[in-house]
This record gives sequence, structure tokens and C-alpha cells, in this order.
Amino acid sequence: MAPIVIVGSGLAGHTVARELRRLDAETPLVVVTRDDGAVYSKPMLSNALAGNRSAASLASADAAGAAAQLNATVLAHREVASIDTGAHAVAFTDGERLEYSQLVLALGADPIRVPLGGDAADAVMQVNDLADYARFREAIEHATHVTILGAGLIGCEFANDLLTSGRKVDLLDPAPWPLGRLVPERVGRDYANRLAAAGVAMRLGASATTIERRDGGLRVRLADGGTIDTDAVLSAIGLRPRTQLAQAAGLAVNRGIVVDRNLRTSAPDVYALGDCAEVEGHVLPFVMPLMNAARALAKTLAGEPAEVRYPAMPVVVKTPAAPLTVAPPAAGAGGGWRYDEGTDGSLEATFVDAQGNLLGFALLGGAPATRQLLTRRLPAVLG
Amino acid sequence: MKAYQCIVCGFIYEEAKGLPEDGIAPGTRWEDIPADWACPDCGVAKADFEMIEIAA
Repeated sequence: MAPIVIVGSGLAGHTVARELRRLDAETPLVVVTRDDGAVYSKPMLSNALAGNRSAASLASADAAGAAAQLNATVLAHREVASIDTGAHAVAFTDGERLEYSQLVLALGADPIRVPLGGDAADAVMQVNDLADYARFREAIEHATHVTILGAGLIGCEFANDLLTSGRKVDLLDPAPWPLGRLVPERVGRDYANRLAAAGVAMRLGASATTIERRDGGLRVRLADGGTIDTDAVLSAIGLRPRTQLAQAAGLAVNRGIVVDRNLRTSAPDVYALGDCAEVEGHVLPFVMPLMNAARALAKTLAGEPAEVRYPAMPVVVKTPAAPLTVAPPAAGAGGGWRYDEGTDGSLEATFVDAQGNLLGFALLGGAPATRQLLTRRLPAVLG
Repeated sequence: MKAYQCIVCGFIYEEAKGLPEDGIAPGTRWEDIPADWACPDCGVAKADFEMIEIAA
């Protein structure tokens, strides 16, 4: 019988493999990855510099170790070029084919790049996987000043991490406040002030146009004519689900690869989860949705079809200088934000509908107990 | 007392502090945390992953 094939060895692919093995130790399993097959947790990459962690120390196992743990064949440095859903087979870039009984797409997401001019535009780095992290860490070994493009979740976490590692940081975003998609203005501005107080040079409403080489470093030129002399530039603009492979195979694709509550794509025996997937309209590139999806999918793959459920899933922004937990209300939810300043310096923002139901929150500072209480009052994202 | 770090998200559980908001009293040893407990930050179940011991 053809094996179950998982494409992608990131947190999504690895977790579904591990969960499957808890239910089914024997069915042949193949994990295909473009990377080297090391097991690591991507959320750790934006917090690793402060602890002076090498890329190698962030990997809990190499490809051989993963294969042994999972009783699986791990095909590292191999890329799937196409899927033949009729024949239940994938083809690699070298032309070799591999049949599957069930196929799992755990492809992840690509960093969004904004077009930049200048003779050093190619020096802009990104950190989207462990190999990127290894390159980044090496490149900034002697850097004392790093400029980050994009004040979203990853940009803010890297800013704090670089700061803690002893470097100066400029954090740029065209938006008027950071984490614009996750928090309302008042929380965003307070959050920005806290990062600034910790030492991050917050440049909001600013965007880079060109990156040029200068003696001993780089010069970032801004749309408003200003410049920043820096040693390295990190781009953290956002993520775009990897959908090309699915689209070329004729699978339904929207923002992500479209799947139902069983994580089934539009093709038989093909599933998707993690950052590449759109689950009933939800594209949620965070750990908790991924873990819930991996558990449900493992059951389905093992022969007991299970629907994924998303409880309320607050996102913890790992910026120790400004501890923040966010649970944004659903898009289009009716209601308004209320604000409550705690005596401990915390800011609690709650999104409440006309009936008084809590639909979302953002908690800046404050006790973990408050976070737990708020989370319990939230509705499930996908009940 | 020991501390344990979630390998997925970096959450740190310190035995000395416990997690009172989760109903886990200060001083609760890692072994004594219920099997159905999950990491408060990323939702990974206790039994599913390896907390690594770190210097407290």
C-alpha cells in the first residue's frame, strides 16, 4: 500500500506526523522537505538571539533522528514539483514520482517582500526557517545596529530580541501603530511607547525605498527623504500562504489552500494544515490553531474522521519589554472597544458587542490571571 | 526547584512559582501537573511534547 505522504517538515508537518504515530505506529509514512529535515519550532526563532542560541541548538533532532522518532522515511532536500491527484502521486523536481494513499500539504508561508531599490536591496534578510536564522545570526554577529522593516508580530519580537542581545534597533512600519491587524489604536500606541521606552527606535508612518551600501555598512533611504545608517536590514512584512503547488494541481485556493472542517482540500485524500491552509475561511498562522488542526488531522489519517475545533486562541506576543496578549474579534464583528487602565500599569482593551458579550481583547502588561479570565469569556473561533 | 521550557513556544514553567491562575499552586512539581494540562501559551498538551529542563 502507498504511504501517507506529508509535504513539509515545519511545525505543522512534524506535529501531524507525531500525532499520527500516537494513534498508528505502523502505516508507512514519508515526510518530504525542501529543508534539511531538522526538527525545530519556528516560533522560537524570533526569541533566540537574546539567549545566544545557535541554529543547531534550536534543532531537537536532525533528519535521521526525526525519521527514527516517527518511524518514517524523511526525504530531505527534496522538492515536490507537482501533484497528480487522479493518480494519487506527487512528482519531485528531479522527475521521480511517489504514490500516496493520503497526502498532507504542510507547506507553510512565504515572507512578503516589498520592492526596494538601491545597490544593497539584495542584502535585506528574512527569517522564515532555521536555515534563515543560521544565516541571519552569522550575518549580524558583528552588527551593532539592525533595522527592521515591518512592525507586525515577527518584526516586534525580533526588535525586542535584538535589543536584549545588546544591539540598537530601528523598527519601521508605514502604519501609524505597530501590530495594526491585531490591536486597536490606543493599545498600539501604548505598546509602541513601551518598546520605545525600552530602547527601540520606533519609526511609524515610515517606509524604506532604497537600501544602499556605504562604507562599512548599509544606508536605508526613507520615503520622506530621511536616512538610517545601519549594519543590517531584516524584512518582516508579513506572510503569504504557499498555495502555488495546490493551485497548479487544480485544488481550490483562496487566500490559502481551501479546506473544510476535516482539513480536506477539494481533491480526494489530499489535506492541508498550518500556515498554508484556509480552514473554513480562517487563515491563522499561529501555533494554537496549528496544534488543534494537527490533532484532528492525525485522527482522520488514522481512519477516524475528525473535525477541527478552534477554541478561543489568544496570541502571546513575545516582547518582554511590553508583554502583550491579543485575541482580535472576528472580522466584521459588531461592537466597540473599551479600555481599562490597571493600577499595575496594565492596559486592558475589551471588544464588547451590544449585548455585553466579550468578542475580543488586547492585554498589555497585567497579570496572567486576567488573561485566563478574559480567555474563558471568549467565544470559540470555530466551535 | 526546577524550571521547564516548552519546546514549541518558549513558555517557561517554574515549579517554585507554579501557575496559580491555572489552579497549579506554587511549588507544584512538573511530575505532579495533571496529564491533561496544556501549555497556556501555545496549547500543546503536556503528554505531547517534551518540556526541557532549564536552569531556574
